[in-house]
Amino acid sequence: MNEFLIAIHRDLKSKDASPSPEQMQASIKPFQEWIGKLIAQDRLVNPYRRWDGGGRVVKKDAVTDGPYAEIKESLGGLFIVRAKDYDEAVEIAKGCPILAWGATVEVRMALVNA
Amino acid sequence: MEDQTLLPHLFRTEYRNIVSVLCYLFGIQHIEIAEDLVSDTFLSATELWSVQGVPDNPRAWLYAVAKNKTKNYLKRNSLFENRLSKEIKYSADKAEEMEIDLSEKNIADSQLAMIFTVCNPCNAPESQIALALNLLCGFGGQEIADAFLTNKEVIYKRINRAKEKLKEANLKIEQPTVAEINERLETVLKTLYLLFSEGYYSTSQDTPLRKDLCSEAMRLTSLLIENKTTNTPAANALLALMCFHASRFEARTNEKGEAILYEDQDQTLWNKALIETGTRYLNRASSGHELTKYHLEAGIAYWHTQKEDTAEKWENILSLYNSLLILEYSPIAALNRTFALSKTNGKQAAIVEAEKLKLMDNPFYFSLLGNLYSELDNEKAIQHFETALRLTNAAGDKITLAKNIQRLKETNEVHNKEA
Repeated sequence: MNEFLIAIHRDLKSKDASPSPEQMQASIKPFQEWIGKLIAQDRLVNPYRRWDGGGRVVKKDAVTDGPYAEIKESLGGLFIVRAKDYDEAVEIAKGCPILAWGATVEVRMALVNA
Repeated sequence: MEDQTLLPHLFRTEYRNIVSVLCYLFGIQHIEIAEDLVSDTFLSATELWSVQGVPDNPRAWLYAVAKNKTKNYLKRNSLFENRLSKEIKYSADKAEEMEIDLSEKNIADSQLAMIFTVCNPCNAPESQIALALNLLCGFGGQEIADAFLTNKEVIYKRINRAKEKLKEANLKIEQPTVAEINERLETVLKTLYLLFSEGYYSTSQDTPLRKDLCSEAMRLTSLLIENKTTNTPAANALLALMCFHASRFEARTNEKGEAILYEDQDQTLWNKALIETGTRYLNRASSGHELTKYHLEAGIAYWHTQKEDTAEKWENILSLYNSLLILEYSPIAALNRTFALSKTNGKQAAIVEAEKLKLMDNPFYFSLLGNLYSELDNEKAIQHFETALRLTNAAGDKITLAKNIQRLKETNEVHNKEA
């Protein structure tokens, strides 16, 4: 088993941000079902955490409130799952219900220290 | 009450009261002295009442004798002058002036303080439960051993070690301050939850004993709720959960102590008053922002008090199990979530999910698969039930599984004949 970072990015700032606030609201239940399913399979490496949507952005000479101003997409969800390989991890990521509303999911395998 | 049942009854209810008050007064270091004094009081009662008859007010008699014995002990014993007097929280210069307060209020305060002492994480959960049963519930070693399906010696050792640990930790028996509540109440609620579960899910077939365990857990949780500082949403949610479960107590076993499955229970035996009480506590638990696993489990238990299978019921249960898993993974929550899924999305969908769980050493995993495959693929269902049967040690579960296998085999034979 390997560990994979699952990072969900979504556009929260542009004028026609996707997903819309209504879509976000509607996605809560499917999202919970998706996460519940993954936890039921004992796929999550750490207990599930929700992250504050704003946060802070730190640069060399300034700290601003998030979401990050220069890129369109903000980090929406972040957790680590167990999977055999990239194929399996990608299958997991494909289940993310927010994909349907334009989110992107980044999948990164944790490297084993050699 | 008959004489022969009066003393055991009083022992159960008053032993803990007097021990709590004396421990509260003396401190945990002298817990044995407190227990000896109370045992001695009951010994006197046994001797005198059998000769002179039961006094008009047996409880007052016990309190008066316990007070006198304590005062005499303190007067006689140099321990009081040298050590105890420094530790006693009331400013009493002499034993004669010391007030041993057995009022209802002080008994409740002492019990509450004792709950927090007994449920201290310096002891493992099973030791906390044994100690709670002994000191807070007045259970004897044999009864506790019966509940844990072990022998008296094991329990005595466990209790004595637990008491030593409390002494080593040099805990003060006191009610927690408002600042301490959250952290300390969490371990207390956990122990009371386990105490209740021990009674509710115990494989012991001694139904009255199991009922006692549950009602003691409920009594202690009620004590928390009656006190302003410990009356938290989480405590209310826990009591709601206990009420909902306990409402089915009469319906869930037959006269032989064997389990009756939820679907087969006689709904008229469900205790409606307890369901209503539970609903009241659940409503009180919803004040504030705190959402604990007790809230979620109480929510699930609430929906199980509605026997009819509606879409609304199972949608809610599924969503509550999802939230429960997000809060804390447990194999049993994962299995129950999948069962709920079979009710909302059908057996096929649930089988796909269930087979991903791969809880290969868990009998409940295979009995869930057996249930899901029943009627879809009876051969597979039988295989899964047989695996579950091999993995389980619980006598009650074995009976249920064997019945399931028997039923499926009979259906298959009928099918074969028809074909």
